[in-house]
Amino acid sequence: MCAPRVSIWFKLFVPVLLAMASGASFAQANLDIDTPAIRALTASMQQRYPQLLPYYASGAVGISHDGLVALRDAAAVPLPQRAQVNALVAADNQDRIALYRDIARANNHPEWEADIQAKFGERWVAKAQNGWWVQDATGAWKKK
Amino acid sequence: MTPTKHPIPYLSGLALCVALASCVTINIYFPAAAAEKAADQIIDEVWRQEHGSAAPAQKPAEK
Repeated sequence: MCAPRVSIWFKLFVPVLLAMASGASFAQANLDIDTPAIRALTASMQQRYPQLLPYYASGAVGISHDGLVALRDAAAVPLPQRAQVNALVAADNQDRIALYRDIARANNHPEWEADIQAKFGERWVAKAQNGWWVQDATGAWKKK
Repeated sequence: MTPTKHPIPYLSGLALCVALASCVTINIYFPAAAAEKAADQIIDEVWRQEHGSAAPAQKPAEK
């Protein structure tokens, strides 16, 4: 007979809200990071790491908030080593950018590159050792 | 409002279409949790770390 007005809204909106809630609760599938290109970039960065390590420790090279490394204090590098450190930083950043791009492409979402870079930026900083220099979201450097 | 004419269902139907369209949009999201897991895996490999503690002097036997 005369149904109350509120029941129409319930019939229409409750299923929609439930559908949205269930979509949000789906577990996320793993990202694919097992391609030859990604493995090669990881290996390249891994091989370079022991050469960069003393500069992380001295604070000459810091972990930037956008997933890259930076020569934040050239004065901390003895003059004869400066060219080499600049080359290491440039090469590592080249690998990093390629890594973020390749992960996005391996998962068929090239538009994810910026988000992947930002997420890596978070995690490099989180996993940096105490004593290393890291950059916060405002761009300020601080010793971890 | 007469019992035979209900404009509200038409408006609600329109709102439902908008909501459904936004549901499709919501499904195309960046999987932040999966990205964090992938990032951690790669970072641990690059920095040769186990559970966040580095051992730079180690020469790990790689698989």
